[in-house]
Amino acid sequence: MSTVLDVLAAAFLVAGSGLALAAGVGLLRFRDLLARSHAATKPQVLGVLLMLVGLGLWLRSGPVTWVLVLVGLFQMVTAPVAAHLVTRAGYRTGKVAPGSLVVDELTEDLRAAVHREDDERAG
Amino acid sequence: MTVVLLVCGVLLTLAAALVLVRLERGPTMLDRAIALDTFTAILIGAFVLVAVATRRTDVVPTLAVLALVGFVGSVTIARFAAVEPEGEGRILSREEVAELERDRLAMEDAELAASDEEHHGGPAQGEVLG
Repeated sequence: MSTVLDVLAAAFLVAGSGLALAAGVGLLRFRDLLARSHAATKPQVLGVLLMLVGLGLWLRSGPVTWVLVLVGLFQMVTAPVAAHLVTRAGYRTGKVAPGSLVVDELTEDLRAAVHREDDERAG
Repeated sequence: MTVVLLVCGVLLTLAAALVLVRLERGPTMLDRAIALDTFTAILIGAFVLVAVATRRTDVVPTLAVLALVGFVGSVTIARFAAVEPEGEGRILSREEVAELERDRLAMEDAELAASDEEHHGGPAQGEVLG
């Protein structure tokens, strides 16, 4: 049983490291900020989660497992927030080429917000 | 397990090297923030490997700290992101820094020479006496 768990842990560790490498390659090769933030959030978070699962299976102790769960939760909470803030800041400071977007809801929202403000001021 | 650790270590080192290249190239501050975030995640992976290799459980709280601290950095950078002119966001070479420094010193000297004596402890002029 313990051998099975050890082998599973090893598989999880290798898979996690591989995903970290995928994140690194994506970060280097993708062409603009939004594509890079995609590479930096999705494979990276899954990679860390897999490595944490691997460590949990390897150590097999109750309290440590809960701390690892906490670390995973932190990753899943903080990575989207950070990526959202960074890409939004990039968008608002003109680092995203408008032609590269398929769907662009933020521009419409910003325009709608400006119109609403104008209407309020007029009326 | 040693083989597994070795493979994981090589993969993580490669990933870290690629991220470092992106960190150096930029081209904007936000690209660097993203790269730093990824680097922190790779660091977490490295700490996991340390915990696996030594079976130490006291490394585990460090993972929680790293997961939280990396996020604060990129949020702060995003908060103060500004419009950067083209070509501004790269790391300057040694010669370019020296040139900028020379220009700055020359400008300071020119300013000092242009300001006249009276603002620097000269005699009072046009004072109403009595």
